[in-house]
Amino acid sequence: MSKKLIVPVALSLAAIAASAQAQEAPPFKIGVVTFLSGAPAGPFGVPARNGAELVAEALNDGAMPAPYATKGFGGRPIELVFIDEAGGTTKQVSEYRNLVQRQNVDAVVGYISSGDCLAIAPVAEEMRKLTVFFDCGTPRIFEDASYKYVFRTGATGTMDSVAAAMYVKEIKPNATKIAGINQNYAWGHDSWNDFEAAIKALMPSVQIVTSQMPKFLAGQYGAEISALLTSGAEVVHSSFWGGDMEALVLQGAPRGLFSKSTVVLTTGETALPKLNTRVPEGTVIGARGPYGPFAPDNAINQWLVKSYEDRYNVRPTYPAYKMTQAILGIKAAYEKAQAANGGKTPNQDQIIASFEHLEFEGPGGTVRMALGKGHQAVLGTAYGTVKHENGQAVVTNVRYYPAEKVNPPEGVKSEDWVKTALK
Amino acid sequence: MKKDRTPSLLLAALVALLILGLVLPEWRFLGTLAIGKGLTVLGLLLLLRTGLVSFGQGLYYCLGAYAAGTLGQFWGTTDALLLLVVAGLAAGLAAAILGILLAAYRGIFFSMLSLALSMILYGLLVKSAALGSTDGFNLPAPTLFGLPLVSHDSRYPLFVLACVLGVAAALAMHYYFRTPLGRLSPAIRDNEIRVEYLGASVRAAVHVKYVIAGILAGVGGALTGMTVGHIDPEMAYWTTSGEFVFVAILSGTGSVAAPFLGSFIFELVRTFAYEYSPNSWQLALGTAMLLIIVFLPAGLWSLVQRRRA
Repeated sequence: MSKKLIVPVALSLAAIAASAQAQEAPPFKIGVVTFLSGAPAGPFGVPARNGAELVAEALNDGAMPAPYATKGFGGRPIELVFIDEAGGTTKQVSEYRNLVQRQNVDAVVGYISSGDCLAIAPVAEEMRKLTVFFDCGTPRIFEDASYKYVFRTGATGTMDSVAAAMYVKEIKPNATKIAGINQNYAWGHDSWNDFEAAIKALMPSVQIVTSQMPKFLAGQYGAEISALLTSGAEVVHSSFWGGDMEALVLQGAPRGLFSKSTVVLTTGETALPKLNTRVPEGTVIGARGPYGPFAPDNAINQWLVKSYEDRYNVRPTYPAYKMTQAILGIKAAYEKAQAANGGKTPNQDQIIASFEHLEFEGPGGTVRMALGKGHQAVLGTAYGTVKHENGQAVVTNVRYYPAEKVNPPEGVKSEDWVKTALK
Repeated sequence: MKKDRTPSLLLAALVALLILGLVLPEWRFLGTLAIGKGLTVLGLLLLLRTGLVSFGQGLYYCLGAYAAGTLGQFWGTTDALLLLVVAGLAAGLAAAILGILLAAYRGIFFSMLSLALSMILYGLLVKSAALGSTDGFNLPAPTLFGLPLVSHDSRYPLFVLACVLGVAAALAMHYYFRTPLGRLSPAIRDNEIRVEYLGASVRAAVHVKYVIAGILAGVGGALTGMTVGHIDPEMAYWTTSGEFVFVAILSGTGSVAAPFLGSFIFELVRTFAYEYSPNSWQLALGTAMLLIIVFLPAGLWSLVQRRRA
């Protein structure tokens, strides 16, 4: 059998196995929404989809390590339905409704774009359907409103910026000239505002020499790199992601941007498997949480790295970790609710009740649903510096930041917390 | 003269829609959305009949949505009628001002200029952090005279409002086409010089039509925003405007009901493409649309006309 055939055949066998089980218990159907087309598909959407497929199959086979060794969700097999996140909020709201009304899913997991998350949250409330955001970063979701049916198992973007500023303070305590290059859209604005506020609070003597905001998906950053080079910045912060980030690395490195200043790439980890040693030594990278090279050496992480590499021939990047974390979160909540219900199938309200304030283990360590009245996860995070060793780009000088140091306490808005509490 | 059957057919369609919405609750959202977009396309139909292709209706669509959105978000207004009126006024005012410039242009210049103006709004909104930049912001659930239009149990009231609005707009457009100013549309498309010699001002006529199209797009945008519950600058992006032009061509200019039919079919094909081929929905959607254009060059409405003839 050719290698190309193995995956589909294995998938269909798994499907047959799943349908055989289904006769005992109805499957738990999850609508999975990630980018399957467009710019965010490559770096985020596809690794997330791969992670979802891998975890669902492993859970259905009972092949996950403890505490997730039971099959499916408390014996119920998991069935996934995929939807592309591309197309904007209007279409996403429309497709979300279809998932709930026409496809009758039991839960929806997904959304990478913050705009989509903001739009979906009130719809989830209206439709009364358990919805778990796995990746989007804006803190506005649970800070501007409160929801019963919506959970987010990934941390907010504020954590990335605050931890980046803390790391800069540790490795470059005497830096005075700071610059930024971020995309001209909500994620870029929010990331830079948080970083600027955090670095000013932590290192009061710094001066912001320039803040470049090129167009989202511009692809060419020659002029901005020139501006950064002439600004004499010692540290450059960038929340660029995907192709834009790779372009910045490939265009900035030959011109000496990465040797002249310490460049902090908050989502740099997603480029590492692909660009490898083309990411210059000394680049500071983050993974939006304790994922990838920053993940703890626990059994779930070992399982994820091994099975992901075996199947997709590449290391899992943080979107795969975050997707795994989201599905495991539902499993933990489901099984806790099932136990509380005397072993019987829990209803949605019972799952939600046990999901609130839940603590569960993920591939990045312990996740605590501590903010947003128990609906928003907090985790620690880490940053490290790229070093080339035997032709491999590895991450060294890793510093961990515990959850409570890089996340605001409950009831405090991230924006206010960054400005006041870090001093 | 042949009896004008359009008004009675439109009213029959309204009754049919209201019954369909009652028995098929899961299609109410898509229906409301299609009417919101259909209103914008109805405005485009007016421009198309005048020989003008606006690639910038997203400007008014977005402006209407943001007018309703800011009113709802920052002043707590949730009354749907008030929001729709404000949205229409805001878009109409903007169209009246920009129309002074645009009414002098035709053909590709009109198209490109309208596109450029909508991209200016997009750029401004992306930069405004208070309005959520590209993330946009949420709209509170709309009400009518203090009664909620959407709730967990039912979105029927909003659907009814949308249907009434859509049919009213189609009727108004139908009667407008029978006024002297309305009848100028095809004349302007065919020969502007002759229209001028007949004593009518082409520039003034184009200006009025542009304002009408702007008002319809503004109301359509506000209705879409209320339905979706969220608005963002993507509404002013050129791809949104392009979609309207595409739906207008797909619908055909044969009838004032065509934009709504075309808009609904487009949403329908798209949602099934999402569902059945999540990895290649663009391909499925494109193929379906291409087939329609190839086999129905005069638009979807030609199907209806052929049967009637």
